[in-house]
Amino acid sequence: MIKFQNVSKSYGHTAILKNISFDINQGEFAVLIGPSGCGKTTTLKTINRLIEPDSGTIFIDGKDITKENPVELRRSIGYVIQQIGLFPNMTVEQNISIVPKLLKYPKEKCQEIVRDLLALVDMPYEENAHKYPTELSGGQQQRIGVLRALAASPPIILMDEPFGALDPITRESLQEEIKQIQKKLKKTIVFVTHDMDEAIRLADTIIFMDNGKIVQMASPEEMLQNPADSIVKSFLGKHMDNGDGAPKLFAEDFMKTKVFKVPKTSRTLECIKLMSSKDVNSLVILNDDDTYFGTVTIEDIKALGKPGKEIAELVTHDVITVGRKEDAQTAFDRLLSSKSNYIIVLNENQTVAGLITRTSMAKALGEALWGEVL
Amino acid sequence: MSGALLEGILEHMAIVSIAVLISSVLGIIMGIIAYWVRFLDSVILWVSEVLQTIPSLALLALLMIIFGLGDITMIVGLVLYALLPIVRNTYTGLKNVSPHLKDAARGMGMSKMQRLFKVEIPLSFPLIFSGIKIALVNSLSVAVMGVLIGANGLGTIIYCGIQSRNMMNILMGAIPVVIMALVFDFGMSKIEKKLIKRTK
Amino acid sequence: MSFTEFVSKNYNEILKSLVRHIELVGISILIGILISIPLGIFLTRHKRVAGPVLALAGTIQTIPGLVMLGFALVLIGIGMLPAIIVLTLYAILPILRNTYTGITEVDKSYTEASRGIGMTNMQTLFKVEIPIALPTIITGIRLSTVYIVSWATLAGLIGAGGLGDLIWTGLSTYNTKYILAGAVPSAILAFILNGLIGLLERILTPRGLRRSRI
Repeated sequence: MIKFQNVSKSYGHTAILKNISFDINQGEFAVLIGPSGCGKTTTLKTINRLIEPDSGTIFIDGKDITKENPVELRRSIGYVIQQIGLFPNMTVEQNISIVPKLLKYPKEKCQEIVRDLLALVDMPYEENAHKYPTELSGGQQQRIGVLRALAASPPIILMDEPFGALDPITRESLQEEIKQIQKKLKKTIVFVTHDMDEAIRLADTIIFMDNGKIVQMASPEEMLQNPADSIVKSFLGKHMDNGDGAPKLFAEDFMKTKVFKVPKTSRTLECIKLMSSKDVNSLVILNDDDTYFGTVTIEDIKALGKPGKEIAELVTHDVITVGRKEDAQTAFDRLLSSKSNYIIVLNENQTVAGLITRTSMAKALGEALWGEVL
Repeated sequence: MSGALLEGILEHMAIVSIAVLISSVLGIIMGIIAYWVRFLDSVILWVSEVLQTIPSLALLALLMIIFGLGDITMIVGLVLYALLPIVRNTYTGLKNVSPHLKDAARGMGMSKMQRLFKVEIPLSFPLIFSGIKIALVNSLSVAVMGVLIGANGLGTIIYCGIQSRNMMNILMGAIPVVIMALVFDFGMSKIEKKLIKRTK
Repeated sequence: MSFTEFVSKNYNEILKSLVRHIELVGISILIGILISIPLGIFLTRHKRVAGPVLALAGTIQTIPGLVMLGFALVLIGIGMLPAIIVLTLYAILPILRNTYTGITEVDKSYTEASRGIGMTNMQTLFKVEIPIALPTIITGIRLSTVYIVSWATLAGLIGAGGLGDLIWTGLSTYNTKYILAGAVPSAILAFILNGLIGLLERILTPRGLRRSRI
């Protein structure tokens, strides 16, 4: 149904798509996945010509899409975006029926379509048709976003990380629903995500991209059994059946590098301002040569601080440190045994590399066990 | 001729400077009061807005009934006219200071006054400065009408030009006003940007 | 005689000036809207030109009213025409700027969605961008109107009539009653127009957007 033939696209000197070719069959649920910048969204947008490739051809149903009027093409393809984009000045009904109206369907037909679609997602017409998007929850809004894409019965629906902005529970629920809808209406869906879980759950075919190229294109089961590349493997993470033996992990694998550091000669007021503007409640304090000196919390400042004084006087040295190449288990133990919520990770030369908080530790472990956590 | 022009420029600047100075002090104080005293805020903002809605010539003429002809009337008029941007920006600036910061300052033991002068005003300063800039640039323009109520300034030269249908005179009076307005607007905008960077 | 006696005696003159004032304001705002809104829309589609154009309009704003009227007087003459030209020029900036920023500040997700589902440029503009930007545009019209009511008081100086005539007569003959007869109605006019257009702003805010309006 959709055929990519040697498609390439560059922005300036950066090549985003490098000569990619693939086929998507009718009625297939294809998921494009890969690390940031791999070209998955660009690929999606070439299908409805929001982005035009530099070379190569794209065929839909055997026809070269550049031979068609782009606006008409887009009206025949459904499009759902992450930010939802429901028009705030229109009601639910007006939003859903926008493409049919653009295609000049009669009023009664439009209303019928809206009724049927709302029934599909269990949102009765009488209650919902006249509401405005701001009156709906995020999940409901995105459902309407999907209905809007379905309204003119396009054979193909493009979805660009549509559930990315929703909470995990709503996301799961919508994933189920879209899977049902796709099966029921027999649509061809091209779906972009960075969440492997989502891909495995939804896809008939996963197209894994990296750096503008297709690394592997296979069904979820096949990809799990025979990942073509280490990057595919790392995305699959815990989904792998066989335990390869836990890889060697260092403290640096669990650390956050975004740490706010100030020299010890800073004054209390500066520190407060920095903490407030970055929304943190402690700072790392450095010596003149950038090596680690200590830490200070907003509580300490409130309790003991005097305006205009140097922060060095309030610094505590009770936070535990660990070297970045020390093994992760050591870091873990030290964090648990310390009374602060975090430990500092230091480079060889005692400058600050990052910190490991209880939250970042828990998150990393959760991901290792169950796949991506919020 | 250039003597009269120079005199006009100086008079104009003097009237505008005095008015903007008074207006800034008054405006900032009113902004602070609106910020501190909850129920007064809408009143104060409303009064400032009303003053700006009154047509300037009407305001000046009414003031003339009270204060008579001359520079004082003009200054009073300019002060009233310049209040809105300054009051509103002071109030908004103070309100927008992050609550965390105010908490920390309070926790450290600062009095209300200290908090105002050491934390809240410094952080709102770019916005206050912007209000003063708007007031200044507007005042330069409005002050030209001074001639109609017997005040000094470049309006005199301009009006003379109008009466005698003399384009040269009009331009001679007008160009300094426009240049001053553009220079101040540009200069103060640059300073404003620097101030914003510093408070980030 | 008291003020009320004065008013009833000179009722005709006052009314005539008021009507003329409204005419001057009305015509200038109308022409201003007809120029600024299309121009503003044009600038949103040609953003590179937007900066210089807005700067130019802004510069016109810094020219004092008396000066512009003076130019018009010398170049064109006395009467309503030069006054309307000047007032229209003043009316342009607030409406132009608000049209431009109103449309450009429409959240990009809406324009991306509208393009993606197959709306043409014009359809996106009229069905999505303008409805969402409408409150901002009306605010610009309101600001312009108050502004013009104020500058129109000077129009009397070049023979265009209006309430400024009464004020000026009052000023030059030290006649307080004339001043009041001109100043008070002009202030009231400014308030009423400000309020009415403000009301219009609220009515025209699409229901779906009302929650997010500050």
